[in-house]
Order: sequence, then structure tokens, then C-alpha cells
Amino acid sequence: MDSFALLLAATLNAGTVLAIAGIGLLINERAGILNLGAEGLMLVAAIAGFATAVHTGNDWLAFCAGAVAGALMAAAFGVLVIWLNTNQVASGLALSLFGAGFSAFVGVGYVQGKLGDRPQFSVPFLADIPFIGPAFFRQHPMVYLAIALVVGVSWFLYRSRPGLVLRAVGESPESAHALGYPVRRIRMAAVMAGGALCGVAGAYLSVVYTPLWVEGMVAGKGWIALALTTFATWRPARVLLGAYLFGGVTMLQFHLQGEGVEIPSQFLSMLPYLATIVVLVLISRNGAWIKANMPASLGKPFFPGS
Amino acid sequence: MIKLEARPQPSRWMSLASPLMALAITVLIGVFLFVILGKDPWRGLQVFFIEPVKNLYQISELSVKATPLILIALGLAVCYRSNVWNIGAEGQFVAGALCAGWVAMQAGPDTAWLGRGIVFFVLIGGVLGGMVWAAIVALLRDRFNANEILVSLMLVYVAELLLSYLVYGPWKDPKGYNFPQTITFLADTRIPRLVPTLRAHIGVLIAAVAVAGFWLFLFRSYRGFALQVGGLAPAAARYAGFSSRQALWTALLISGGMAGLAGGLEAAGPLGQLSPYVPAGYGFAAIIVAYVGRLHPVGIIFSGFLMSLFYIGGELAQSRLGLPKSLTGVFQGLLLFTLLACDTLIHYRVRWQRAAAPSNVTKAA
Repeated sequence: MDSFALLLAATLNAGTVLAIAGIGLLINERAGILNLGAEGLMLVAAIAGFATAVHTGNDWLAFCAGAVAGALMAAAFGVLVIWLNTNQVASGLALSLFGAGFSAFVGVGYVQGKLGDRPQFSVPFLADIPFIGPAFFRQHPMVYLAIALVVGVSWFLYRSRPGLVLRAVGESPESAHALGYPVRRIRMAAVMAGGALCGVAGAYLSVVYTPLWVEGMVAGKGWIALALTTFATWRPARVLLGAYLFGGVTMLQFHLQGEGVEIPSQFLSMLPYLATIVVLVLISRNGAWIKANMPASLGKPFFPGS
Repeated sequence: MIKLEARPQPSRWMSLASPLMALAITVLIGVFLFVILGKDPWRGLQVFFIEPVKNLYQISELSVKATPLILIALGLAVCYRSNVWNIGAEGQFVAGALCAGWVAMQAGPDTAWLGRGIVFFVLIGGVLGGMVWAAIVALLRDRFNANEILVSLMLVYVAELLLSYLVYGPWKDPKGYNFPQTITFLADTRIPRLVPTLRAHIGVLIAAVAVAGFWLFLFRSYRGFALQVGGLAPAAARYAGFSSRQALWTALLISGGMAGLAGGLEAAGPLGQLSPYVPAGYGFAAIIVAYVGRLHPVGIIFSGFLMSLFYIGGELAQSRLGLPKSLTGVFQGLLLFTLLACDTLIHYRVRWQRAAAPSNVTKAA
């Protein structure tokens, strides 16, 4: 029973990384921008956050550093795809490749870095309930903030006027432009906000989840977050659900190893990647359904005619 | 104010100038980076652009790294021209290396009658391995509409873990002091070298033939033409009766086969055994090679050698200047990024105009 509580706790922890990154990418895609650079962006944010945490010892400053790094990287991508009309797929790949190289380059000195003692968190009273306490209420505050974030983004997109405009830009940039909305600026803002969130996710990964810096440590989580938005058919609540699902799959491997299951560890490590493929297949099988939910201008450049 | 104005026609001249501009900008940023790091920028440029071509040994090393890059990029060029986004060449490379390695390990007294001919089967193994790995992507895309970008990328991790399982487990050399590696392949199965003293191997010749073959396929064959129409104008391709499913399968099988071939050459060539070091990032760097080479077989030769220069330069920067080897990745990423920015000039002209100008136009009208 105790080990199951720990598995649930670890699932929440792992899911938080995917939830924050996934919701950031959802904001991008709702505005019509597909950012395949998520992986590279998270890597750069991970080292920025880790370095900040090593020098200041403050998690929140580390998350801020990650957010700034993510937003800056995303801004470079945004200038290319929004203002210079480059191909979004190729530009995103460029960002991923650059991020992988750049983070490895600046991170060399931090490979042996240590963060000092990690504080223990617990929600007063609730953390003492048997089973439920250790499973849900002894997490880093960011775990709960991530849930609040998803609720907030959901409210923003569906209940607020700026959110409506953002979705309109993603569905039909031409119409939004005709109505007088600055389509490209709105897209840029969405890209930077999404990048900042991916950055927070990257910093959470290196500062709280692991907590250490290794070259290429994001290990595909940026790509899985991208798959999450499709899995969620671009709905915030489903991103959260999917994130915990994938978090669970990731954690299951360690759990099974702990239970002494006789499967080579490499096959267990494949689980998150295979699960991503399976989920993509199941969701995408119905092409009409995907089409009905996908932001109509996703991946297509918009250049106001002159 | 700077304004972009659409050109009536894409500029041919710019599409050739853009990679050179991108290289120039990347080099400028590199110089800037060396200065920040407190290194002599002139020395840095020397390490990256002069030392790798200084003597025959270095040129041979350059070709060892350029060969897989060119082979993989040729396949990717076909993919990207037909609008199929295979970004998992790294996984197909590993799958090819695994299958080629398996064939090589079957060699023994029973296969001695084949002599050096067994190399042919090793390479066929590589091609088939890469094709199978890419076929999974094609199948899932074709049957279930699953996004090929994400599926091909996920399969990279799966291939790397499979390799890790095999070299730590069933394929581990029993006499290898417990190192995670297979036996060293028999001499007969090794890729023949061009000159016994240098590491450059016949892969260079295969790449040269492949460049010609891909040029013919893309620009002189009906099939290649149909693929590219599908990439440029899907509606026109449908109207012409070109099957998009066929294009998907062709593009993925070709690119998977090429990546697998590169994997086979690498495993049975410079490496000579399987180990966790098989994936060296060639599959990802080849994406950049394909783009910088304008998705054109001839351009890919140049960009393949350029990218190989970056690899060797990074290694030399580590030993000579004490800089991390990952500098290579920084420059490769920068190059693709600046290239994409410069490519804007192919379709648009930059116009400088005063902010007030539009209102004057309105008045005149």
C-alpha cells in the first residue's frame, strides 16, 4: 500500500513537468503556431534553472530563470516563423537542435553540480492522513500551482475576451486581421508565453524532479508534451489528464523494477515512448475528429497582404 | 522602417546565396563567441576551417564523418521534398547498424567461401533494418494517420534502448571484460578501406554513386517528379492522380534505407563492433545537411563536408583549445537557424521605407 502511495506521488511529480510544458504548447497551438522546438527550449531552460538554483539556492528564482530562457528562445523562433514566414516545422527543428547543443555547451561546468539539501514539503493536516497524505499532499508547491495554471488557462481561453481573440487568431488569422486585431503580435505573445511555460517545466525538471543536470536530460519530454496536445484534442483539462497518465507510465518502470519484475530495464524505459506512439495512433485514427478539434490555421504562416 | 515585399518569383540567385550568408553569419557569431570565451578568434577559425583539411589524414577523417551525413541527408531530401517529415533518421541509423551488426556476427567458418563478398550482405542488412524502422512510421501514418514527426522521433529512443539492451545483454562479448559491447566483427565483414593506412572507406564511393542516383531519381524520373508535386501542391497531385500514400511509403522507405545503409557502414566500418556509442547524432545533423544543401543532391555534398568540418573542428577545439566538444552542436544549430532566416530573402525583398510613406500614398490616391 505504501509503495502504491509513493507511485501516485511520483506520478504527480512527473506529470507536473508534462502538464506545464503541454499547457504552454497548447497556448501556442491555439494561436496557430506549432513549436517543435519544445525539447531544445526545455533543455536550455533546464540548465538556466539549474545554474540559478546552484548559485542562489532558491527554487523560485530558478523557475523565473527557466521562464526567461524559454521565452527568449521562443522569441527567436517567433521572429522567424511569424515575421519572416519561415517553415514552422523546420524552424522548430532548428530550435531543438540548437537547444540541445547550446545547453550541453553551457552546462559542461554543472554536470557535477549539487543543489544542497532539498526541503521537504507537506500540506498542514492533510499530509498526515494515511495513504492520501503521502500520495497527494507532500509535493513541491509547483505541483499544485500547475493544476491552478491549467484551470487558469482554461478560464482564459474559454471565458475571457483576450482568450477568445487568441483562439480566433488560431482558427482564422485572415478574419481576425480583417477585424483589426494585430494577428502577428498576438501570435508572438502566445509563442513567448508558451515558451516561458515550457521553460518553467524545464527548470522544474532539473531543479525539483531529478534534481541534477545531465546533457540531454529532457529525454524526449518536450516531444511527448507536443504529442499531449494532440492527445488532448487541444483542451486544457485533457492536457492535465494526459500529463498524469504519461507521468504514471514513466513512473511505472521504476515501480516495476522495485517490485523485482523480470523484464530488462531497457524495455521498461521504452514504455513512455511506446505509450506516446500508441496514444497517437488511437487518437489520430479518426481523422475527421482531429480535424474538427485542431486549430484550423495550425502550422500555416500568416502574412498580412499588402 | 523595414518592410518585406513579396517577390513576384522566388529568387534563384538568393537560394544559392542564402547558405553562404548563413555560414558567414554563423562564423561571425563564432568569432564573437571565441572572444567572449577569452580565446583567440583567429586560432578558433583555424581549428574549425583549416586544420581539418591540413593533411591527407585529416581529409580522410573528414570523409569518414561526411559519408553517413551525405547518405542520410540524400534520403531526407526526398522526404522533405515530398512533404513527409521524417525526423527519426537517427533511429533508422541505429536500426540499420543493429541489423548489419547481426549479419556481421553470423560470419564464421561457414561463410568463409563468400570471402569479402559478405560485406554486401552486411550492408543489405543495414538497408533493410533502416527500412523496417521507417516502415513502422509509414504504416502508422498510412493506416492510423498518426503524426510522422512524433512517431519517427519516439522510435529514435526505442531504437537506442533496444541497442542498449542487446549490447548489455544477449549480444555482449563474453570475453569483453564485461564492457557493454559486442565481439569485434571478423576482418572479412569489415567495410574495405580505400587505402590501408587511412580510415576512409568505400562508403565514400557509395555516397558518390548515391548522389548521382538521387539526382536522376529526383529530376529525371516520373516517380521522383510525382513525389515532389505531392510535396509542393497536394491538390494538384491528387488531380493528376499521383497517390499520396505511395509517396509517403516511397519517401519513408528510401530515407529509412539510406539511414540504415549509413548505420551499417558505420558499424562495420570505423566502429567494427556495436556499443552504446553507435548513435552519434548523424541522423539529426543530417537534417541540417539536407536543408543547407538545398535538398539538392549536389548541394548535399558541400553541406555534408561542411557539417563534417564542424564535427572535426569541435573535437579539435576540445583537445587544442580546451573548449567543450558540444560547441559542434551549437554551430550546427545556429547554421540551420540563420539559414532559415536568410531563406526569407528568396521569397521576399527587403525594402526600407519611412513610416509616413503609406499615408502619402493614400493622399495621392
